[in-house]
Amino acid sequence: MTTGAVVGLSLVLFVLGVIAFFVKRDLLTQFMAVEIMLNAANLAFLGLAQGAERLDAQVIVFLVMTVAAAEAAVGLAIILLVFRRKKSIASKDFRTLRG
Amino acid sequence: MPAFTLIPFAPAAGALVLFFFGRRLGRKAVSLIASAAVAVSLALSVVAFLNLLSRGASGPDVTIHRLFTWISSGALRVEAALRFDALAAVMTLVVSGVGLLIHVYSAGYMTRDRDVARYFACLNLFTFAMLLLVLADNLILLFVGWEGVGLCSYLLIGFWFEKPSAAAAGKKAFLVNRIGDAGFLLGILFLLVATGTTSFAGIDEAVTAGAITPSLAVCSALLLLIGAVGKSAQIPLSVWLPDAMEGPTPVSALIHAATMVTAGVYLIARMNVLYAFAPIAGQVVAWVGALTAVYAGTIALVQNDIKRVLAYSTISQLGYMFLGCGVGAYAAGVFHLFTHAFFKGLLFLAAGSVIHALSGEQDLRKMGGLRKHLPLTYPVFLIGALAIAGVPFLSGFFSKDAILVSAFSQGRWALGTLGLAGAALTAFYMFRLVFLAFFGDARLTLEAKTHLHESPPVMTWPLLILAGFSVLAGYLGLPLALGKNANLFFRFLEPIVPSAEGHLGRSAEWGLMLLSAASAVAGIGLAYLFYIRKTALPGRWAARRPGLHRLLLHGYHVDNFYGAVVVKPLIRGSEAVYRSFDLGVIDALVDGTGKAARFLGRAFAFLQTGWIKDYALAFLLGVTIFLGALLF
Repeated sequence: MTTGAVVGLSLVLFVLGVIAFFVKRDLLTQFMAVEIMLNAANLAFLGLAQGAERLDAQVIVFLVMTVAAAEAAVGLAIILLVFRRKKSIASKDFRTLRG
Repeated sequence: MPAFTLIPFAPAAGALVLFFFGRRLGRKAVSLIASAAVAVSLALSVVAFLNLLSRGASGPDVTIHRLFTWISSGALRVEAALRFDALAAVMTLVVSGVGLLIHVYSAGYMTRDRDVARYFACLNLFTFAMLLLVLADNLILLFVGWEGVGLCSYLLIGFWFEKPSAAAAGKKAFLVNRIGDAGFLLGILFLLVATGTTSFAGIDEAVTAGAITPSLAVCSALLLLIGAVGKSAQIPLSVWLPDAMEGPTPVSALIHAATMVTAGVYLIARMNVLYAFAPIAGQVVAWVGALTAVYAGTIALVQNDIKRVLAYSTISQLGYMFLGCGVGAYAAGVFHLFTHAFFKGLLFLAAGSVIHALSGEQDLRKMGGLRKHLPLTYPVFLIGALAIAGVPFLSGFFSKDAILVSAFSQGRWALGTLGLAGAALTAFYMFRLVFLAFFGDARLTLEAKTHLHESPPVMTWPLLILAGFSVLAGYLGLPLALGKNANLFFRFLEPIVPSAEGHLGRSAEWGLMLLSAASAVAGIGLAYLFYIRKTALPGRWAARRPGLHRLLLHGYHVDNFYGAVVVKPLIRGSEAVYRSFDLGVIDALVDGTGKAARFLGRAFAFLQTGWIKDYALAFLLGVTIFLGALLF
């Protein structure tokens, strides 16, 4: 696959993630949208790394995956707690931070 | 390392030990450690003194030991160096000797106080600071000791700080001294700029070499005098000393006899080369001293508190020392300091013994007839009173006479006459005190009467030793009328501290001696007439001139005057500044910052909708704008 195709795919995936984030109303799906965006970014890294024939971008991918894993652990824990309090995972029920 | 360098550090070590471990040690151990520390200083002082005496004709007059370089900044170099010479020898012996006796006495006096450790720690620190002051080789290190004694006087005058008057007295002593210290510090800086050094040898050299202009010399000498006036409680900064009586009586003895107030006289004697070069400043010193001697003497005439009488007498005697230094008779001034240390230490400790015997009573009107009940305190107090009154053959006579002779031999008749008047006053008020306390009918309160007792030996032994010195110390400085070399004290001090030149001639000197003895006897006689023979007289005189009596009783209203002219405007001004600037500007700025933040927060709070999608949208927009700006 050419570099351009890989980057194009990642762009599509990213935009899908963004759209999903705005369209979906429950925290869990929105969270999955964030994961899609992260993976889209990873894919872009890989494609560009292949094109430039460099390894350091691939190293960053591992870093992003680690961060994503950590973020998933924290994010899911938060969602779980929100669910316990509100008996709902709809993002509209989570407004206590309004000014 | 020569022995003298350790003199100040023994009490310093004692103070450290007592500050940190004093509370865990017993009362006995505390007083023992404190006294032992000062005893070490005394032993070292004696050794150093004997070394100096036996140095031989070619030996150095001055030994300087450099501990380390303290400040090194550009051309300025200040060494932490100690200097031992004849003047330092006299001072260390007096400070550690009288100080030791006061420590021992305190062990008896303070037995019932619950904070003995703090007391002795401060006492040791006080001794350390004073020893550092007299051994310092430059003005900066001297200033450290100078501030040290100021601090310790504050701590000890306010020792019973639960009593508001004691706390206020400590504060007053500290603040009044601070005024003097400001002048002193300026004087040091003047000298530093003019001579480039602060070491005594360096300053003396610069002054004799003419490296300092006369006007600058006068300025710096006068500024140093302000410091000395503050420390030695002379006009116009004498107001703190009478109030300092709020402290424990042994502390008063320490302040008056060994440490603190003598520092001013020491400073002037130490800087004698500068004062010799600035005769106008010398004139001022002499007049301040003479006026203070009479001023404090007149106030002492009518005081009713036994310790206040003694306090005013100290101010008056310090005036004599200033008078001596001012007319160029520095050795005579130091000699009076030396003898005064013994008899004033004695008088204060004996007064403490009286107060102790009467369960804390200090009012002379509630004493009387104590002669029979205090068989040891009475004779030693009498010796002290005779010595300070200048009765012949006791120490005070010789030293006072030396000062008066110098004043007259310099042709300063007015000053000398003031001195003579002061001598008569001294004799009168001291014997008024003796007669009121020890003679006549007992006017004791019931409580005092039931507990009446002579003090324990730990308190009476120091009294006896001091009484011995009060009698004998004068023979070290016999009058010049007996021959040029009769005065061992002056000869010992000669390389460092000059005595006045010029002589009256033998017959005039004898005459003056008689005159001074006569004025002392006249004072005592008058006191006898007023307080033994016709006891109604003082009351009648006071009633005839109520205004004058009140004036003296309140110390010429100097306290009220300062209160109205200095303290009240200062407090008013501070309050005005507090209200307008502190509250109006500084507080308003701080509060304003907080208020502004809160206002802005409220103004923009609508952005925080709580909708996650709003945040995400804002984020998306931001990223888009940012990327767009980056790309195009």
